[in-house]
Amino acid sequence: MTGLSGLIRRDSKMFFKDKGMFFTSLITPIILLVLYATFLADVYKESFAANLPAGFNLPEGLIDGFVGSQLFSSLLAVSCVTVTFCSNMLMVQDKVSGARFDLTVSPVKSSTMALGYYISSVLTTLIVCYGATGVCFLYLSKVGWYLSAADVIKVLADVFLLVLFGTAISSVINFFLSSQGQISAVGTIVSAGYGFICGAYMPISQFGEGLQKVLSFLPGTYGTALIRNHAMNGVFREMSEIGFPSEVIEGIRDSIDCNIYFFEDNVSIGAMYAILGGAIALLILAYVLLNVFVRKKSN
Amino acid sequence: MDNIIEIRHLCKNYGSVKAVQDISFCVKPGELFAFLGVNGAGKSTTITIMCSQLAKDSGTVIIGGYDIDKDPDKIKSELGVVFQNSVLDRALSVYDNLKSRAALYGITGKAFQARLAELSELLGLDDILKRPLGKLSGGQRRRADIARALLHKPKILILDEPTTGLDPQTRRTVWDVIGSLRKNDNMTVFLTTHYMEEAADADYVVILDSGKIAADGTPLSLKNRYTGDYITLYNATNEQIEELNLPFERIRDAVRFAVPNTAAATELILKHPDTFRDYEITKGKMDDVFLAVTGKKLSGSANTDA
Repeated sequence: MTGLSGLIRRDSKMFFKDKGMFFTSLITPIILLVLYATFLADVYKESFAANLPAGFNLPEGLIDGFVGSQLFSSLLAVSCVTVTFCSNMLMVQDKVSGARFDLTVSPVKSSTMALGYYISSVLTTLIVCYGATGVCFLYLSKVGWYLSAADVIKVLADVFLLVLFGTAISSVINFFLSSQGQISAVGTIVSAGYGFICGAYMPISQFGEGLQKVLSFLPGTYGTALIRNHAMNGVFREMSEIGFPSEVIEGIRDSIDCNIYFFEDNVSIGAMYAILGGAIALLILAYVLLNVFVRKKSN
Repeated sequence: MDNIIEIRHLCKNYGSVKAVQDISFCVKPGELFAFLGVNGAGKSTTITIMCSQLAKDSGTVIIGGYDIDKDPDKIKSELGVVFQNSVLDRALSVYDNLKSRAALYGITGKAFQARLAELSELLGLDDILKRPLGKLSGGQRRRADIARALLHKPKILILDEPTTGLDPQTRRTVWDVIGSLRKNDNMTVFLTTHYMEEAADADYVVILDSGKIAADGTPLSLKNRYTGDYITLYNATNEQIEELNLPFERIRDAVRFAVPNTAAATELILKHPDTFRDYEITKGKMDDVFLAVTGKKLSGSANTDA
């Protein structure tokens, strides 16, 4: 692994020195945050209040906390994946600029190069996403804070896992790209589409049954569900404490994808972690194998 | 070790395009070896194969005693490469660029600082170390490129058109550094260039044309084989010139005769001692060799190669 730490340092520095890459990576979280804070929060709030079962009333602060937690979990679920496509752009830029040739003319192994890109992309994405998480926590503290210390730690862990997952996906996809145009196209498609297929923009429970089944095969779905569960735990606890029946709470959990069903089975939190962890391991393995075998063959 | 580079029957095709066709050559330790050819002749393809960046179709490549098929990493440790266009990171400072590249060879900490100090003295990097590469002039960038190639003290320095686009002063500086490396470290230099005067200083020259070796030898042997000599005659009267009964070319204050070789020149001079009182004999130039061998002229401009 000679050179791995040097590669990680170099790749991370390149990310922060390249203003294009850095600011592009901030676009998704900033746009979503502004949209949620200025406009979507009110829409969600009215919709939630209107759909409460007759005879049930919730304090204003709890509704705000509910909507805020839902929105912030969506924002993080999307950002953790889409930001990686920006932070991992260097992989393609190095091919375009010829820097890749300069790096591989040294006796550094292909697998080391691959890990260098992966780890630096994880680190830079974590900085951006933990920054976004901090802003979200601030927002929640303003509109309605119901998170326990354990919830906060779990949310931070979910962000970490989702970043590992997003970086692994972007690494595998970017491996096949070789021009700036291609990476821009992929970045645009991912930014626009990922939020829908992972259930962040719109709960999967609101999709048709066939589509729900298809989406239940995607690991990203479980990443979103994990972060949503942990972000909303506190709100549900509070609802339970003020006397909301568990059936009603379960209904709400179903409607906002805290409960995910693989065909008829409710997927447990442990299984969600296993699916996400397994997907990360497989994607990283695929990425390293691509670098070791396909790159040699393509020469 | 007789030869530090041995290439035998090297072939590389890109689909139906035969980029390199059965070329063989050797480079001796400490030699300045020049690879000449127009764009698409196969120079860069050969270099890319030697750097283990491209798989060959057939043939053998042995560098520093290592076979490229068996020990590519050992070969990479022996090579320093200065690319035609700078491929260092423009957003990073020269210092950060060199530090990150040195780490790829396991050179870190004090070892890096010591090597950086040596290179800085050799190439005069002190003023530009903290500046972003993208903000440097072409000559300053070239110095950083050479420093990067020399970080790990390679035995062989590959220079792919290193002085293309540089001003004469910077070209001189680059060649002074290369000269010093050859003299002090016995470094082998493998050069591709468009500048014929640079090739003329080489110990051995290979001329590539359409992927094949069209000619090879020392500059002198190539000139003797493919060009004649020129006699430039000064202060001769028109009658004396006409008496020689040879085709000539008038230049400002003299006339120039082409003769097949130095022996023919000597014979002519001895035959007309009164005419040849102020004269000089010069060999043909490498441009003439290249033109005679390939039927093409080298442009001397910065272009890319296949």
